[in-house]
Amino acid sequence: MTIDFDVLDNTEKLIFALRSLYMQSGFRRYRMNKVEEYDLYGRNKDFLVSDGIITFTDTSGRLMALKPDVTLSIIKNGRDRPGEPDRLCYNENVYRVSKSTGAFKEIMQAGLECIGEVNIGHVGEVLRLAAESLDLLGADHLLEVSHLGILDAFLSRISTGEDIRASVLKCVGEKNRHGIAELCSAHGVAEERYMPLIRLLDICGEVPDVLRRLDGISEEYSIGPETEELREALSVLGGEAKNVRVDFSNVGDMNYYNGIIFSGFVEGVPGSVLSGGQYDRLMRRMGRSSKAVGFAVYLDMLERVPVREDM
Amino acid sequence: MSDMLNIALPKGRLGEKAYGMLADAGFSCPAIEENGRKLVFEDPEAGVRFFWVKPSDVAIYVERGAADVGIAGKDILLEYEPEVYELLDLGIGKCRMAVAAPCGCRGEERHTLRVATKFPHIAQRYYASTGRDIDIIRLNGSIELAPIVGLSDVIVDIVETGSTLRENNLEVVDTIVPISARLIANKSSFKFKHGAVERILSGLSRRVEEIK
Repeated sequence: MTIDFDVLDNTEKLIFALRSLYMQSGFRRYRMNKVEEYDLYGRNKDFLVSDGIITFTDTSGRLMALKPDVTLSIIKNGRDRPGEPDRLCYNENVYRVSKSTGAFKEIMQAGLECIGEVNIGHVGEVLRLAAESLDLLGADHLLEVSHLGILDAFLSRISTGEDIRASVLKCVGEKNRHGIAELCSAHGVAEERYMPLIRLLDICGEVPDVLRRLDGISEEYSIGPETEELREALSVLGGEAKNVRVDFSNVGDMNYYNGIIFSGFVEGVPGSVLSGGQYDRLMRRMGRSSKAVGFAVYLDMLERVPVREDM
Repeated sequence: MSDMLNIALPKGRLGEKAYGMLADAGFSCPAIEENGRKLVFEDPEAGVRFFWVKPSDVAIYVERGAADVGIAGKDILLEYEPEVYELLDLGIGKCRMAVAAPCGCRGEERHTLRVATKFPHIAQRYYASTGRDIDIIRLNGSIELAPIVGLSDVIVDIVETGSTLRENNLEVVDTIVPISARLIANKSSFKFKHGAVERILSGLSRRVEEIK
């Protein structure tokens, strides 16, 4: 019997296309259990996209949870070891609270993780696969890249105090320039300390232009090594880096992510459909010494987006 | 549909004022000025389509991408925390989010404070920062009535001139946050309709500077 691929819906086609892409690139499929001990999520709640977790007590009295996230389980179940990093890919259901209804929702997620002695070359490889994942879609798309080290250099000029830092970071994520100025003024931060951050938000757009502008300020703000990292990781996408933009308003969660982070957008879909980056800080928090980079594709956001016809 | 820039305006005085600023900045749609019940107006030449929506819904239209940009009060953004870009403070519709109580009465501290409001999240966050134990009573209108008839001890609401409060023997006991209208944009639209959104942003920025 042959399988008629026309019977598959968009999401099913995309799952297979993504799995093929990742496995052909040397990523090993990782299958996991639907449940995990609640404690894992309780300790890392702020990493999760939504607060709510479906819990139940198993037959031995342990409090268990239906997985709200895949990355935490992969980190927890892996071991640090030297040599080439572990390359894992997955497609799994996760269970999260919908912001609009407040009810639990089952969401299919696909993604990959590269964990171990990760260098900037591996980050570039993951970035390329994120771009290629978006290329599978039959709609205009864009990969937006940022470097948290660069953002941090500008944030640190304002304050090391966590209170204002979190609020300023929220404004950065909203491209809310007036909000940054108001907050800083209200906390007595001098204009010359916060204006560079506001000007950093204007440094966004196509890769060659952004890198040129960063070169121009890298000495003044001591962001030379980070700019070089960004250049090296983006170089795997080719000189023109089609459909790729740099935007420092892409902030992620700085408690977990470090270095390069990125998000994918598709025309006609209101929010990001792909999200990822380097998460060495999360690894440290979970007692792992390895470095890591990965991303997830939110398949529920792509239900109405066709997969490219020539796939 | 995708080539046009879709703009959600809040129905009412604030929306009309915001439309005036947009028209002055070169984004007009003459049909919108005719009275009628139409909700959608477009000017293909200017490449814009306007929607009139309930003020509290503007953020939803923009967050979900039905509108690319919109004009929303900061009160709505603080209450619903939509995933949008907040690009500009228009400096219009200025008022404040405040706690008001019957004159001379702030609610006894030995009791749980009963707070009537249309903005439960803003009220919750504000009182969480003070450590006071509260009971939120969510209402949809005539908030000032609540303390008068004993439904609540205080209210958390928008105060513009304070005349409604005074007429009902209420006074502001604390200002939570100043409020004004903001230009917001859908995150995806900002990327795929970048040129058009930037034109609106720079046109409105110029108008804001002129008005100052």
